Amino acid sequence: MQESVIMKIHYGTALGAVVLVAIHILFRMTQNFSESLQYESVIANYHFLPYAIMLELILILLSVHGFNGLRVILLELKQGVGYEKAVNYGCIAAIAVLVAYGSRTILMAGFGM
Amino acid sequence: MERQSNREGIKGWLNPGRYGLERFAYWLMRLTGLGLLVYFIAHVFETSSVVNGKEAWQKMLELTQTTEGHIILTIVIGMCVFHTVNGIRVMLGQGGVGVGKPGRPDYPYKPASLNSRHKLCILASIGLAALAMMYGLAVLFGE
Amino acid sequence: MAAITSKLSDESPSTIVSPTNSVTLRISKFNPKTDSAATFVEFKVPVQKWTTVLDVILSVKQHLDPSVAVRYSCRQASCGSCGMKINGRPALACYTKISELNSNVVTVEPMNNFPILRDLAVDFTQFFSTHKKLKPYIIRDDSEVAEDTKEFLQTPKEVEEYLQFSYCIKCGLCNSACPTMATDSSFIGPQALAQAYRYVADNRDAGKKDRLKIIDDSHGIWRCHFAGSCSQVCPKGVDPAMGIQLLRGYLVGFRK
Repeated sequence: MQESVIMKIHYGTALGAVVLVAIHILFRMTQNFSESLQYESVIANYHFLPYAIMLELILILLSVHGFNGLRVILLELKQGVGYEKAVNYGCIAAIAVLVAYGSRTILMAGFGM
Repeated sequence: MERQSNREGIKGWLNPGRYGLERFAYWLMRLTGLGLLVYFIAHVFETSSVVNGKEAWQKMLELTQTTEGHIILTIVIGMCVFHTVNGIRVMLGQGGVGVGKPGRPDYPYKPASLNSRHKLCILASIGLAALAMMYGLAVLFGE
Repeated sequence: MAAITSKLSDESPSTIVSPTNSVTLRISKFNPKTDSAATFVEFKVPVQKWTTVLDVILSVKQHLDPSVAVRYSCRQASCGSCGMKINGRPALACYTKISELNSNVVTVEPMNNFPILRDLAVDFTQFFSTHKKLKPYIIRDDSEVAEDTKEFLQTPKEVEEYLQFSYCIKCGLCNSACPTMATDSSFIGPQALAQAYRYVADNRDAGKKDRLKIIDDSHGIWRCHFAGSCSQVCPKGVDPAMGIQLLRGYLVGFRK
């Protein structure tokens, strides 16, 4: 993939994540802080479909943005064909693992219980 | 003839004081980005305890809802606000917005791209981060 | 006659001579053929109000240690030869007065991110080859040697679009200050990127697509993070950071 496309995705995920994380934090502030962290309150949030979809989107956007940022830092630290391939594929794998793990939480909490 | 590669290495990143506010902002952006990534991974992991039932969730809360946990969360709030606001400044700057117009350089050759608008944005992002941290402290320790 | 002589000797000189101070000059000495690491050698050197770092180094060469290797030429910030690290910051030695350093100790080292040839002289081979990679010349299908045209006309406004970037003297200070160049040996660098913009912004040039293709790389323009250190150290007001961000505007879609 061309670097300009990757960086446009980096910028796009950043802007998307800013909006959605702001909503996520505002949701937590609708209640008293300690109340909002109670188990029943959290589960109720996961059962609310639009909120669960928003969490999933945040997961994807932040994973892509974060690991692409890490990829950039690692590519600047060391160069070489083998190393760069390892960094690129490693970051893609890390994104996949984190999104899979987080999605598991959202699906199980939202629908599995 | 032998050559000695003379790259500064990571030391070149770790000394932000030599080159002004923009270099400091670059350094802080890297630091906060890495910090936020670590927090994000930890957050995804800690919130996954909800699938193991109420007891597991309570155990996780006991671990994180401590003084140390609140201090860490306050630092995360500050990192998040700085990274976001400075990130928007960098995004716009990298598109050529607010970097000035090319012209004939005259002594003392003050660079137009390192102008007061960008400096103010950097200071604003640090200020907003500090404000957000204070608000966070008030919420977390105020109860 | 005697009266005139005594009158002449009473006159005070019209030229004000500044008092002489002295500074300690620490020069990094390193010969890759014989040394395993750089060492600093100290010299106490007299300085006056307008003494530059280059003056002091040449004074050391002349009187104390002729073996010091240093590049210099014009002594007026036109050639870009005397770039070095002065008290931790890349600068031109001929353009830096001792008095503006505000220190009794002046440390001079070779510029970072360039291989060292000896002492203060560094290798510019990669620097020039990267510069050439960006096609630093006007690219056009036609030539000005055509029947009905004798030259390409430009308005003053069109010249101003790229003029400051054409002031680059290839001193390398920007590459030395750049945080990405500190670790990324494949990065194109602020000098070459600014020169790419110099030609893209020139309305006589038709090579924008070629140059954008070259810089749209994982070690190209996207590894610039607008730290601005290049523009901080540039002695000619080129402001490479501005050129790079304006150039990136084409790739991001902010400029056509």
